[in-house]
Amino acid sequence: MIELVGVLAIPVIGAVVLAVLGARSHAPAVNVVASGLTFVAAMALTVRVIAEGPILVLDRQFFVDPFNVFLVALTAFVGFTTAIFSRPYMRIEEERGKLTRPKLRLYHSMYQLFLFTMLLALLTNNMGILWVAMEAATLTTVLLVSLYRTPASLEAAWKYFILCGVGIAQALFGTILLYFAAERVLGAGGGALLWTELNAVKAQLEPTVLSLAFVFLLVGYGTKTGLVPLHNWLPDAHAEGPTPVSAVLSGLLLNVALYAVVRSKVLVEGAVHTSFARELMMGFGLLSVVIAAFLLSRQKDLKRLFAYSSIEHMGIVTFAFGMGGPIANFAGLLHMTVHSLTKSAIFYAVGHATQKTETQLIEGIRGLVTRSPMMGWGLMLGTLAILGLPPFGVFASEFLILITAMREQPWATPFLLTALGVAFAAVVSRVQPMVFGETTAKRLPHRPAMIPVYAHLAIVLMLGLWIPPYLADWYRQAARLIG
Amino acid sequence: MSGVPFYAQIINLMAALLLLLAFAMLAQRRVLSLIDLFALQGLALAISTAVVAWGTHQPHLYGSTALTLLLKVIVLPWILHRLIRRLDVRWDVEGLINIPITMLIGIVLVVFSFNLAVPISQLASTVTRSTLGIAMACVMLSFLMMITRRKAIPQVIGFLSMENGLFFAATSATYGMPMVVELGIALDVLVGMLILGVFFFQIREQFDSLDLKHLEKLKEHQ
Amino acid sequence: MTLGAFISQLLQVAIALALAPLLVGWVNQCRAWLQNKSAPSLFMPYRTIRKLFMKDAVVAENASPMFRLSPYVVFGAMCCAAAIVPSLATDLPFASAADAIALVGLFALARMFIALAAMDIGTAFGSLGARREMFIGFLAEPALLMVLFTASLISGSTSLPTIVEALARREFAIYPSLAFAGVAFTMVSLAENARIPVDNPATHLELTMIHEAMVLEYSARHLALIEWASALKLFNYSCIGIAIFFPFGIAQGGDWAGVLGAAPALIAKLAIGGFGLALIETLSAKMRIFRAPEFLGTAFLLAVLAMLVNLLLGT
Repeated sequence: MIELVGVLAIPVIGAVVLAVLGARSHAPAVNVVASGLTFVAAMALTVRVIAEGPILVLDRQFFVDPFNVFLVALTAFVGFTTAIFSRPYMRIEEERGKLTRPKLRLYHSMYQLFLFTMLLALLTNNMGILWVAMEAATLTTVLLVSLYRTPASLEAAWKYFILCGVGIAQALFGTILLYFAAERVLGAGGGALLWTELNAVKAQLEPTVLSLAFVFLLVGYGTKTGLVPLHNWLPDAHAEGPTPVSAVLSGLLLNVALYAVVRSKVLVEGAVHTSFARELMMGFGLLSVVIAAFLLSRQKDLKRLFAYSSIEHMGIVTFAFGMGGPIANFAGLLHMTVHSLTKSAIFYAVGHATQKTETQLIEGIRGLVTRSPMMGWGLMLGTLAILGLPPFGVFASEFLILITAMREQPWATPFLLTALGVAFAAVVSRVQPMVFGETTAKRLPHRPAMIPVYAHLAIVLMLGLWIPPYLADWYRQAARLIG
Repeated sequence: MSGVPFYAQIINLMAALLLLLAFAMLAQRRVLSLIDLFALQGLALAISTAVVAWGTHQPHLYGSTALTLLLKVIVLPWILHRLIRRLDVRWDVEGLINIPITMLIGIVLVVFSFNLAVPISQLASTVTRSTLGIAMACVMLSFLMMITRRKAIPQVIGFLSMENGLFFAATSATYGMPMVVELGIALDVLVGMLILGVFFFQIREQFDSLDLKHLEKLKEHQ
Repeated sequence: MTLGAFISQLLQVAIALALAPLLVGWVNQCRAWLQNKSAPSLFMPYRTIRKLFMKDAVVAENASPMFRLSPYVVFGAMCCAAAIVPSLATDLPFASAADAIALVGLFALARMFIALAAMDIGTAFGSLGARREMFIGFLAEPALLMVLFTASLISGSTSLPTIVEALARREFAIYPSLAFAGVAFTMVSLAENARIPVDNPATHLELTMIHEAMVLEYSARHLALIEWASALKLFNYSCIGIAIFFPFGIAQGGDWAGVLGAAPALIAKLAIGGFGLALIETLSAKMRIFRAPEFLGTAFLLAVLAMLVNLLLGT
């Protein structure tokens, strides 16, 4: 109980403190401390739930089960390491004159507030509050995307706001329909939107209404997950915002949005006894993978490249959850974890690389290894990891997804394999000259943060080789819950 | 017609008015009138909720009415008016397609929404269930308004009006969502507006205009 | 066909023919009063028609027989329409010849003939007027049809007397669909009868004319018939509006004694309607011709909305 309150309260307090102090020079340090404390609280909560099983607290408003607790831990961890990365990154940006103190104050307080909305979305039991938190997540980051005030960043922020806003309005309609179906069984009042209650009576909910609700919920939350064709905001927001924001968008927001979709899918599957929900998810997932893979080969901007890679991977996870079954769900959860860690590691390396060469265009970045071997190798390893090379964790999850697909949905396998191949070729052909060869990199005024990069990559490597038994057990329980 | 209680007639009238206002916003050329129409829409919504509250004896809906009244009739239009004054915006609204065609597309969308809503309304047990189709039509029309407008402020008003339609759908199908959720939604909308206000200034500062054609430069393959 | 029905039918046509020019005169009086001018006498239109009948007709050399035929066709169509629209009573033997949709067809027939006649001579203004009239008519007809459909949906039949009887028998309640249909119908009538804001009936500038431009070539008895037909058109539209939206006082069924009471009711309603028309004309300005599609598009939209709302809400 206290851990839960801690997990939620610390970011809020951090946001308030940083709103006041954010312009001082030790603001980044405060940010790191707050994120660190959140992480500690999250770990405590995780230990609690692993030991005692799912908990339902505060008048059933908050629910923690193996599915969302590992996401809470992941969110807090990535939030923490991104805060560590953001310290030197922002210092360099400030020194280069791209950001001023007031903007940094906004950045730091919104960062903590964003973490809060993510954690609230994960921990709440109320589908309505889930919606509110998701919308709030967009609101907190919209001003961050436009932080640099360039024309491109304003456009990216506007697209982000409007597209996600429209998407989330669809999700609101889906939630209303869900409440409508629930009210007939559970009666009016706050109890009808609680996921645990809905889960208990899902067989009695009206199938037509729930199918319609799921379409809207998928479209709505799918927009935030970056599923094609609703993905238009994603590359722009990633490319134009500061790199720490790109890292948390890719690493955290996409995961939480997908979590919302999966929670809805569990309800709908119980009510509608066809594979309607699963087929929709598989369709969208596959479409995202294929389209993103092909669009990868046209990218000239480094951050946009990796943004499309995020779309591709979220498509893979959606496809996995769409297939369902213990192995596919396990693989999906594992993939969410390793993608989060790897992508944020890549963005850390990319962030400093772009600072070294003062450009985001791929052709402007060359020979990172010559000037700074740590950074160059970090980027190379991260890229290879995200493309699914063994022995990294992404290979393990993609392998599991592929064999399940071959067994259950053989028609999808050629698409997946082609897409993965195309993505591999596109990304490696771009990253390789960036890392090796003649260099265009310059020195940085402060030491870059390489520890988060290697910490993440180490974890991903470990997960590829050996999954700790408690983690495997965790995933298995969650997989069973997803169904 | 006999047998339909009086308050249901008022609700039907308000629903028809909402639909009419949605079309009026679609066809409107001037920004100031758009904001006033939006305020009127909020008022019709509030009256409808109040009548439902009175007719079906659900006191918690009075809270919703107060919230709607406060937020959508008073606060949001006031923020928008202030924004317009400070941004010194006086232009006419241009559309991407001309107005008669927009209205025809609007009619098609209305027919589509009515069809979509019929199976759901049959399942509902509220008195106002037949107005669910109108609520969905309002949402679709606001969506159309967002797509066919070139300037920033009409797009935002379309967005807010979409939220109005969703709220009406909630009230007509289910007698309103739980209070805590409604408060959350209201908070989101308010904060969204404030952020948008800041955002408009940023856009204006950068481009010296609020025409969204400046915001279409980023392409797929950059 | 009973005697009573026959008498009420004849009476209706006779009253229509007799009162139509008076209605036009009344509208002109009201408009002048509202604009603080002095109007010609209330019976001026009668004098104009009589004067025109007494003159010699002058017809262009290249006029075809259709040019001479048109005024009679137009006048005949308007008389038929007057016979069908239940202004005094609903027990009309002629009404079985045409229902609401055929009524629109009658108006379309009249419009077509007058447009053809305008183009017949080959002058520039004639063609201009004909083109514009067709343009307006093309947009106004669907709207009028939709209004009539709404009324038909509510009453379950397209035969005008049945519609009127069904609508007169309802209890008083708020009907959003009828409200929308009413506004749409007003807009359509303004367009079809060549009133401000679509067309100025008193204009002398040919470039801004729509209706007047089509009849520039007519003289004497032809012009008299056309003027009378225009007055009848306004009368018919007013009666349709009254029949659908304010059907109280119309004699029902075989109650032919009620016909006597219906006449004063009709005159009162027409007087109020005429004043309303004059008010609208005074308060609006004439639109550019290119705004007419929007105006009529709005009317069409309102009419469709009325129909859809009726289908959805059942009111």
